[in-house]
Amino acid sequence: MTANPKLFFDEMRGLTGEVLPHYKPFVDWVEKLPAEYLVQKRQEADVLFQRVGITFAVYGEDAGTERLIPFDIVPRIIPAADWRQLERGLAQRVRALNLFLRDIYNEQGILKDGIIPARKVLENAQYRSVMQGLRVPGDTYAHIAGVDVVRAGAGEFYVLEDNLRVPSGVSYMLENRKMMMRLFPEVFGRNEVAPIDHYPDLLLDTLRQVAPAGVSDPVVALLTPGSYNSAYFEHTFLAQQMGIELVEGQDLIVRDETVYMRTTRGPKRVDVIYRRVDDDFLDPQVFRPDSLLGVPGLFSAYRAGRVTLANAIGTGVADDKSMYPHVPEMIQYYLGEKPILNNVPTWQLRKKEDLTYVVERLHELVVKEVHGSGGYGMLVGPASTMAQRAEFRERIVANPEKYIAQPTLALSTCPTYVESGVAPRHVDLRPFVLSGKEVRMVPGGLTRVALKEGSLVVNSSQGGGTKDTWVLER
Amino acid sequence: MLSRTANDLYWMSRHTERAENTARMLDVTYRMSLLPYRVMEPGEKWAEPWALPLIISGLATSYYQRYSELSPENVLRFMVLDASNPNSIYASLQLARENARAQRGAITIEMWETLNQTWLEMRGKQFADITARGVSEFFDWVKDRSHLFRGVTFGTMIRDEGYSYIRLGTFLERADNTARILDAKYHTLLPSVDDVGGAVDYYQWSALLRSVSAFSSYRKIYRDVITPLRVAELLILRDDVPRSLHHCMNAIYEILQGLCEEHQLEPERLAGEIHAQLHYGKTERIFKVGLHEYLMAFLASSGALDVEINKHFLVPTYA
Repeated sequence: MTANPKLFFDEMRGLTGEVLPHYKPFVDWVEKLPAEYLVQKRQEADVLFQRVGITFAVYGEDAGTERLIPFDIVPRIIPAADWRQLERGLAQRVRALNLFLRDIYNEQGILKDGIIPARKVLENAQYRSVMQGLRVPGDTYAHIAGVDVVRAGAGEFYVLEDNLRVPSGVSYMLENRKMMMRLFPEVFGRNEVAPIDHYPDLLLDTLRQVAPAGVSDPVVALLTPGSYNSAYFEHTFLAQQMGIELVEGQDLIVRDETVYMRTTRGPKRVDVIYRRVDDDFLDPQVFRPDSLLGVPGLFSAYRAGRVTLANAIGTGVADDKSMYPHVPEMIQYYLGEKPILNNVPTWQLRKKEDLTYVVERLHELVVKEVHGSGGYGMLVGPASTMAQRAEFRERIVANPEKYIAQPTLALSTCPTYVESGVAPRHVDLRPFVLSGKEVRMVPGGLTRVALKEGSLVVNSSQGGGTKDTWVLER
Repeated sequence: MLSRTANDLYWMSRHTERAENTARMLDVTYRMSLLPYRVMEPGEKWAEPWALPLIISGLATSYYQRYSELSPENVLRFMVLDASNPNSIYASLQLARENARAQRGAITIEMWETLNQTWLEMRGKQFADITARGVSEFFDWVKDRSHLFRGVTFGTMIRDEGYSYIRLGTFLERADNTARILDAKYHTLLPSVDDVGGAVDYYQWSALLRSVSAFSSYRKIYRDVITPLRVAELLILRDDVPRSLHHCMNAIYEILQGLCEEHQLEPERLAGEIHAQLHYGKTERIFKVGLHEYLMAFLASSGALDVEINKHFLVPTYA
């Protein structure tokens, strides 16, 4: 196993090349295995994933195309102390983001105090004016957050993105663990790996905690766009794990500001909807009128406080890339605390001086669309061609407010099984943070890995894979 | 339970059962085609054995839209691999898997894995794979996968409402198929009374019995020669033969009593009515009415039952 100690922090070997203590038991175990053993286990994993049907649909290809996300059998291991710091940082961040959402949809203190320019929030495409003054149970907006974290430099954590709309990937986190335990049961005996399989219980508990006032035994349902959605596997998986109904828009009706599902025994009331449908498609009477995925009248029931939506409508304004640079200020403003996790320095190209700086240095920066996601519409400077940079420069100059830029982080690497053997590949981490009456999370998250050598793009739609993530108990 | 879920589960098992029945039907056709046979009216294509599966499934018209010649290979291609024929084995297994995929949360992991695996294997099959070692081996595979799915369902699924809809789909599809197969044999292949009791007659009836896995049951029950009257009794009126109309209606009536609970709903009443006719029926009366007429009346009422089940449970019209 070779690392690249000069350039990147490696999860297994740090910067020096020496195997770090938390990887020791694993490495000792692997080194005793015959080489064919891992090859065989890898094939076994492929067969199992195919049979279980853990797939995702890829947009832009033939409708209904399903693909497997490559699964890597080398785990990403996080020492207990690192996780404790990360956990505190994540909880702090999500708490501040929820306070921010409550604030801007009500008193707007942070805008009045001039911490964030009001225009930037109120004119943001993700700001939902219909939410103004509407109170939600427990003042919680982002019940489920998938915060993308990377390690860079000497292993410091940086937050890349706060995903507060309908973050996905948690099913892969859970299935990867199940797969590792199925393939290598013996290795779990040598490592004290913190369990994560209670995530669905925590999620259900969180959803029940935020039921409308006065509902004692809330009925929770998961709203999916349907079986052709790229994350449909996850929707069915979570509904099954929580023992709740998986509903589509056509299964719900609204009568007297109350939401019901169509069941074989007549209409049944629904109190909490874990919705995996974007804001725009939720209710054709309020948002996009052409949406067939939503439920006419849903918003009226929501406004009347007769149903809880998780996440709330309008959370996108807080995870927007143009709002990202302000999160440290939010933490300071609402909690009076210093941010525990780093933000990546960000140039906002709507600012003239930032734009001038960035267009000169496209070859060394990462440029992202403010509203983009999934790794689409971004430029990774060091990996780009001259032609790509020229094309991007034109796009940026034409619409500077649509872009931000960040330094290319030296993302940490993790040993990964590739064609040529085990080699370091860049990874990120998406822990899932749950907010109900309190903020909770299971130790770990989804580790995504860029399988192409040198690539920094970990998105599954762009050739990324996943790994099991082990947080050690001590 | 969500109506859409119930609907998907119902169709998941119907499609699985349909794939199995199509395999059974094609298998019996194949076996019959190896025997000498009488053509009812020489020159009429539909009277040949390979027309039988098309007639039974009501697909002759759409077959002739695609193929000009009636040939074993064409019929096999059409009924096994043709994705555009919604009743082909290929399409049935695909639809069953799609229904299951949509309802993964409502079924067990083992059930899903079984249907998904079946579909993945089916998807990889070429015509040459199916005929390579004789078509019967392929048909056995389809039956095995269906048996496996039913067994996995029986052995792993919670006995909830969803289980009831799965069984409902199985038995409605099976009853429908048994009625069709019996009718086709009786009316298409054996018009002449002179043939009754002959060797051809014997082989055809025994092939039919084998196609519904009832040959040894027949032997066990009658210990005598095969006669149309007894075959009809076996496959219509006996309640201990798992593919008979009576057995299927027993199950359907019982399931619907459970689903309708104390409410007096039309599906339960109609199922009770059909069931009573089988329960108190007599073979002599069936032949007096005419077997064909009797079976057509049965298919009409089971179709009506399907409509009522849809209206009350699967695709409710309220609001």
